Order: sequence, then structure tokens, then C-alpha cells
Amino acid sequence: MPSALINVPRKAKRGDIIEIKTLMSHIMETGYRHTVSGEVVPRDIVTSFVCRFNGTEIFRADLFPAISANPFFSFFTTVTESGKFDFEWTGDKGFSETASASISVE
Amino acid sequence: MDCSTRREFLALAGGAAVLAVTLRPAEATPAMLASAIRNVVGTAAVKTGKVKLEIPPLVENGNTVPMTVSVESPMAPEDHVKSIHVFNEKNPQPNIGNFYLSPQAGRAQVSTRIRLADSQKVVAIAKLSDGTFWSASVDVVVTLAACTEEVI
Repeated sequence: MPSALINVPRKAKRGDIIEIKTLMSHIMETGYRHTVSGEVVPRDIVTSFVCRFNGTEIFRADLFPAISANPFFSFFTTVTESGKFDFEWTGDKGFSETASASISVE
Repeated sequence: MDCSTRREFLALAGGAAVLAVTLRPAEATPAMLASAIRNVVGTAAVKTGKVKLEIPPLVENGNTVPMTVSVESPMAPEDHVKSIHVFNEKNPQPNIGNFYLSPQAGRAQVSTRIRLADSQKVVAIAKLSDGTFWSASVDVVVTLAACTEEVI
């Protein structure tokens, strides 16, 4: 099962503002919870999310434990040319995932 | 009222208050919220307006609360939203998320899902390209808290 879900329109007209939705499967353990025996469950979260279009950064987010499990983001961008969106999530315990999506612009 | 029972009552009430305080998990205080905001805005003044923060006013499950922040802005290279910062009052940490936009976003709007540990105030602050800060805040009532519950 893919850990990332991306929703980007396949086609758009030049100059359109499009919505991008992303979902990454991740537990987002806050580091504030305790087990029954009283030990703190160590923090394990995604700390950073970046979206690039043809190599240029268009959106970035810093995440904190207050972001829900399976972090979801929706944001907008203006498309002026065909190209590829690259998505990157990084986090605790060496977590790193990438995904990409292409769009053709007429 | 009998003096001794009043004393007992007060002692009990005091004890209960102490218990309630000690049982409470660590939480961000309004002072922590203020200092987290200071870390972002520095000494600049934060004005109210331009920002729209959409969160349901009554939330059943604090583990996943849909949130949308939008800012009135033409998103042109000379006048755009640089970043949006979201804070809370009573989670263990005052920060929720920082979002960095670029002028080509076209629309200054971000949605995500957040955790709220208690009924509290959520604050969104937007930094504009001219260096001004604008904010909006919403009071949210949460019936099932997130973040600090025990793992079963």
C-alpha cells in the first residue's frame, strides 16, 4: 500500500489556480502519551513537508505534535507550464518519504 | 452552617483542587502562547484582520480537527503572504504548524487536521511580504481531548 496519497489535477489551463491535496500515512506519536506502566511513549512525528514544482519550492510546512495522525494538507498554486510536483516528508527516527505527480498545462 | 463541617468542606475542596491541578497533564499556558508568538513576530505589532480561521466551534474528537486558514491577499510578487503560523493555548506545546507560501500560490489558503487537547483558543498569524502581521483567533469547545490520553 502506498504511504502517500496525492491529489493533483492531471490537466489545467495556463494561469489556473489549482488545489493540491496530500495525505501521508504516519502515526504522529506526540511524545506526551504514557503507557500503563508510566513510561513516556517517545515522540515520532513528521517534522517537515515540502512541495516543489519543477525543482522550485512552492509550499513548505513545519509540523508539530499538534498535527493529527496521517498528516493531511491542502494548498494552492498557479500553474504556468507543464511539469512535475515533488513532495517530500521528513521526520523523527530518520523518516523520509517522497512522492510526485505530473500536470499537463495547455 | 456548622463551623467544623465548613472547615471539613473547605479542606476537602482544597484537596480536590490540589488533586485536579496535579492530575492535569502538562499544558501550554497563555504565557507560553505569547512567547511562541513573540518568537515568530519579534517586536512587530500584530493586527487583527485579513486572516480567516475556520474550525468547527464544537468538536467531538480532538484527535482530528479540520482547520482551514485563509488570508486576504492578491498573492502578487510585490504583495503576498509569506507564511502562516498557527498556535494554541492549552496543548502541551503552543505550536501547531508553520506554513510557508510563495507568490505563485495564487490563493493564500491552507487546510490541515489538528489535535486539540482541551477546549481552547486557536490563533493564526499571517506574515505578509511588507513585514506586517495579521491574526485571527477562534474559541473551540472539545469534548474528547487529544494528545495526552493513555496508551491502552
